[in-house]
This record gives sequence, C-alpha cells and structure tokens, in this order.
Amino acid sequence: MKLLLNGAPIDAQVATLADLLLAEGFGDAKVATAVNGEFVPAPARPDHALSPGDAVEVLAPMQGG
Amino acid sequence: MSEFYGTTLPNGLMLGTAQYPSPAILADAFKRSGAGVATVSLRRESGQDRAGQDFWQLIRQLGVHVLPNTAGCHSVKEAVTTAHMAREVFDTRWIKLEVIGEEDTLQPDVFGLVEAARILSEDGFQVFPYTTEDLVVADRLLHAGCEVLMPWGAPIGSGLGLNNVFGLRAMRAHFPDVPLVIDAGLGLPSHAAAAMEMGFDAVLLNTAVAKAGDPAAMAEAFASAIRAGQLAHAADPMGPRDMAAPSTPVIGKAFLQ
Repeated sequence: MKLLLNGAPIDAQVATLADLLLAEGFGDAKVATAVNGEFVPAPARPDHALSPGDAVEVLAPMQGG
Repeated sequence: MSEFYGTTLPNGLMLGTAQYPSPAILADAFKRSGAGVATVSLRRESGQDRAGQDFWQLIRQLGVHVLPNTAGCHSVKEAVTTAHMAREVFDTRWIKLEVIGEEDTLQPDVFGLVEAARILSEDGFQVFPYTTEDLVVADRLLHAGCEVLMPWGAPIGSGLGLNNVFGLRAMRAHFPDVPLVIDAGLGLPSHAAAAMEMGFDAVLLNTAVAKAGDPAAMAEAFASAIRAGQLAHAADPMGPRDMAAPSTPVIGKAFLQ
C-alpha cells in the first residue's frame, strides 16, 4: 500500500506500524512514532494497523538548542 | 544551589548540542564547561543512515541530564505530541516547551504556551517553558503547573544579551522562590555574568558557544562567568549612584596649596 514515511511517498507491503519499521531498516533503533499526527507509543506499534495513505513520522534524537 | 524539579545541577549552565563543528568538539565543550544539562531535539530519522542513533550514544556518554525541546513547534497540538515522543525516546519527564508564535523573532506564542504547559503538567511532565519576561504570563504558567520559568534574554540565536533588563529584574523580584533560567539570546560570557548577578538561577545557551571560533574555550568562559556572577550576587553588590563618591578618605588629607 502507498504510505507517506517522513514526508516521502513509499510503497510498502506491511500490515502494522511495527512491520513498517522493520521493513524500512529501523530495527531496534531508538525512535518515536506518530501516524497521521497522533503519537503511537512503542508498545502499541505491533497492534497499530496501517491504512493506505497514512502519514507516518519516525523521529530520533537530534542536536537541539 | 538551585533545584530544578528536585534536581540540583553542578553549575548554572544548560548547554545546547546543535551547530558544533564536530561531535568531538561538542563533547569537549561539555567537559570543559561542566554543564550539567544538554538540550536535545527530535527530527526525522532515516532507516538507512540512522544518524540519530550515533548522536544519542554521544549524549549518553556525556553523563548529563537531557532536556528535550519542542523547537520548531507552532501549535499546542504539535508541541504536546512532540513532548510525548520525546518522553518516550529520552526517557525523561523534562521538556523544554517551545511554542513559537512569530518567525522573525522566534518569540513564544505565550497563549499556546500556557495551554500546552497545562496539558503536559497534568500528564506528568516537568515543564521548562521558553517564555517572555511578562509577569502575567509567568503567573499563568506557574498556575498551569510549571515549577521553573525560562524567560528569553533576546531572540534565539541573536547574541544580543539581556534585551529587557528592567523586565527581567522585575521578574526576579516578583518570583523570588521560582527557579528562573535565562534562555536564548546570550552572546557573551558577560551577558551570562550579568544574568547571574541579577539572581537568575541558570542560563541556557547554544549558538554563542557552538559558533565561537573555539567552542570548548567559549563554553569554559561561560562557566567561569556564571560562577563569577553567582558569587557576586551572593556577595550583595553595591547599588549604583548618579554622583561620584570618593573612595579615598578626605579627612586627614594634607593642605598643600
């Protein structure tokens, strides 16, 4: 299905948010996730089903002031 | 020493982690300054290069308290969602809450700030709000659950110092028991010293150190200035006066005309 991952269009054959992270190479990376602007805690990712057109944000620690 | 939500810091310096020439120089700046707090952020991660993971390892090795920010957020919802994501990633209840209201000055949207602070405080966050020196807003933030306030010195990244000394003095006097941190706008160690002489509890800065020719040396200079300012404040400085007053005794001076 077609999704937006961090603003970029992708085509992924996945069912859940946890599947997507694995498929896109995040593995055990320390990241936080949101779908369609709503925070999805890590424990909820395996049960969070994705739908075509969903906008997924995957954020990680970065420099900040 | 001041406490920030029950945490005592090694000195009055909170240091940002952005814009350094290299990770090694960033680490050196923390080492030489003894800063006990590092501000950090969240940004989009790529599954290929995973740049954020290396940065996170570097920060963990510093052994300092981590203060995630909501930099770049312009709405309450955006800031609250970012705070939740930061709490999970950084495993801390601390959040440097920024709700930006104006692009040229990066001035906080104080209305959104108060609302976001209330939502996050009720949800167990320990909020460090980036605010102005407005006393009414400060009072609202305290009622919203904040136990620390962070008024700006000047616009973020400007290096202008303390733009409104009168307002900042009034804030210090009005909230004598609230930990107050000057956040943003400092350019020189003398600005930090002035803030500490006024009785502020800490300063938070980034650009002034990261963009210096020698960031680690500048970080150390800021730490020294902060220490000097703290000592001066504790020593109860004299008040200014308009006219001269001779320091050398006049009595006993020879008559030589």
